[in-house]
Amino acid sequence: MRTAFIETLFELAQRDERITLVVGDLGFGVVTRFMQELPKQFVNAGVAEQNMTGLAAGMALSGKIVFTYSIANFPVLRCFEQIRNDICYHNADVKIVAVGGGMAYGSLGVTHHATEDLAIMRALPNMTVVAPNDPIEARLATRAVVAHAGPCYLRLGRAGEAILHKPTVAFQLGKAIRAREGSTLTLIATGGLLQNALQVADILAHKGIQARVLSMHTVKPLDCAAVLAAAQETSAILTIEEHSVVGGLGGAVAELLMESDVPAVKFKRIGLKDAFSSTTGDQEYLRSVYGLDVAGILRTIEETLAI
Amino acid sequence: MAMRVYPYGTKHAPEMIADLSRRAYEFRIQVLQMVYAHQTGHLGGAFSSAEILTALYFHHLRVNPADPNWHDRDRLVFSKGHACAMLYTCLAQRGFFPVEWLMTFRELNSHLQGHPERQKTPGIEVPAGPLGHGLAIGAGMALAARLAKSKRRVYAILGDGEINAGVIWEGALVAAKFQLDNLKVILDYNGVQQTGTTTKVMPTEPIADKWRAFGWHVVEIHGHNVAEILDALDHADEIHGKPVIIVARTTKGKGVSFMENDHYWHGSPPNEKQFQAALGELQEAVARWQN
Ligand SMILES: Cc1ncc(C[n+]2csc(CCOP(=O)(O)OP(=O)(O)O)c2C)c(N)n1
Ligand SMILES: [Mg+2]
Repeated sequence: MRTAFIETLFELAQRDERITLVVGDLGFGVVTRFMQELPKQFVNAGVAEQNMTGLAAGMALSGKIVFTYSIANFPVLRCFEQIRNDICYHNADVKIVAVGGGMAYGSLGVTHHATEDLAIMRALPNMTVVAPNDPIEARLATRAVVAHAGPCYLRLGRAGEAILHKPTVAFQLGKAIRAREGSTLTLIATGGLLQNALQVADILAHKGIQARVLSMHTVKPLDCAAVLAAAQETSAILTIEEHSVVGGLGGAVAELLMESDVPAVKFKRIGLKDAFSSTTGDQEYLRSVYGLDVAGILRTIEETLAI
Repeated sequence: MAMRVYPYGTKHAPEMIADLSRRAYEFRIQVLQMVYAHQTGHLGGAFSSAEILTALYFHHLRVNPADPNWHDRDRLVFSKGHACAMLYTCLAQRGFFPVEWLMTFRELNSHLQGHPERQKTPGIEVPAGPLGHGLAIGAGMALAARLAKSKRRVYAILGDGEINAGVIWEGALVAAKFQLDNLKVILDYNGVQQTGTTTKVMPTEPIADKWRAFGWHVVEIHGHNVAEILDALDHADEIHGKPVIIVARTTKGKGVSFMENDHYWHGSPPNEKQFQAALGELQEAVARWQN
């Protein structure tokens, strides 16, 4: 996803000199071409995320379209006040990019796991929150956030994610992609877990259970119509995210369902329990420990629905 | 078996200095093996702090591996957490945990994670990973030590990219405000950060003047010279009424010619050929210090 993002941004920036990339001493080997060929559109703010975010706000308030770029939760946590007050309150045109969302930086430890970012960013007025599920979505999301005037948070994976969509897939911020038709239950995935959701759906299909699978790449604004349709047309909704169950995709869907007049639909948030992911290991291992691999997701579905 | 310790107060005899200098290269070999075996980890910043950590753990620090939480121990805050492979190596050799753990670095369920955590590893005082936290935490520990009328000292090791972070300078202000002379910063001034030299990414000169202006006592040394490190640490104990910063001029990747001063080696593991070449150079350095 990282490559898809930077290639797309580079193409766009070549044609639009307002596009500026501000990094926090990160992106070695990734942003090199951008830095060398578009030096006037590139700033390295040092290991200083508040500085990076403040600079971005100032430039955006002066007419630029600014991307801040760092890894995991660095572009979000320390500079949160700048994001809220300097960017969101002014609806400044800053796009915050986090590479390695979730537990992509596995054995670097809890400090490098971005597992509350969706909840935190979703709470901010004016903020659009996007967590693509594959490199195609990452590419299309990069274009979409440039076209969208106002603050966006783009939470990317790291590298090596499988391609799940055709390049021509219809992509729109705030509009879920129906990756699989189904009428028994609905799986809604975000931030790189679509692949596991699709594999779970395959296994369920063998058991005669038809799972609808939605890619909810935009967590805010949520595609309410897609969720409500799922609630009416299928008997259960399960959200899947590499993020705390508190306040992310699962939280957003729960809020919507509780306030809408749909008949009782079974509902479960699949994500990280409200605890630190403190086991040491790579992303694949951590997903298995915390029940986010295919087997773990399947287990939760079977327990929830008693199937 | 833990290595010989030269307790705090021991005279800095030439044999002791040679012994510690040699160990710093042996520890680099250990770190090289850890990073090579798992193809992940940070060599550059680990190599630049080898002598500093060796001098602290095998002479200057008053710590007790048998009782890692002894309340009057000196505190070492290793704020540039990414370079922890060298810290782990010193802790293991000092007897805080079995040396066998070292080769599990970053493995599944290992005690030795990619960034240090006190919950996981004996001897670690504070977690580090997101850069910039260490100085304020160190100031808090120093203030607590003073309030407790304890003689324990606090050492914070910072990176020169790390001091880009504003919170470092907030910590610098507060340490001066409280005249925390039991707080000593060692700045690993290797001139390189993650994406380039500090000159290019974020210039910090004139570094000594900056800290002096913030109310600190500044000592500048050659950070790979064990004798200078030991003397500076002693000197820092003599300073009263001010926090002390030792600006240790180091070389990122020190000890392996092709890694020195090149930000590529900030976080990239070596391939087999590079590993062998690096190993050869470090073994030669060990041999030099043996004679
Ligand atoms: C808050 C934060 N931002 C970014 C990073 C990513 N990062 C890890 S190491 C590093 C460079 C550190 O350079 P320096 O302090 O000079 O360390 P050294 O040269 O001693 O390795 C960066 C940017 C981080 N760990 N924390
Ligand atoms: Mg450095």
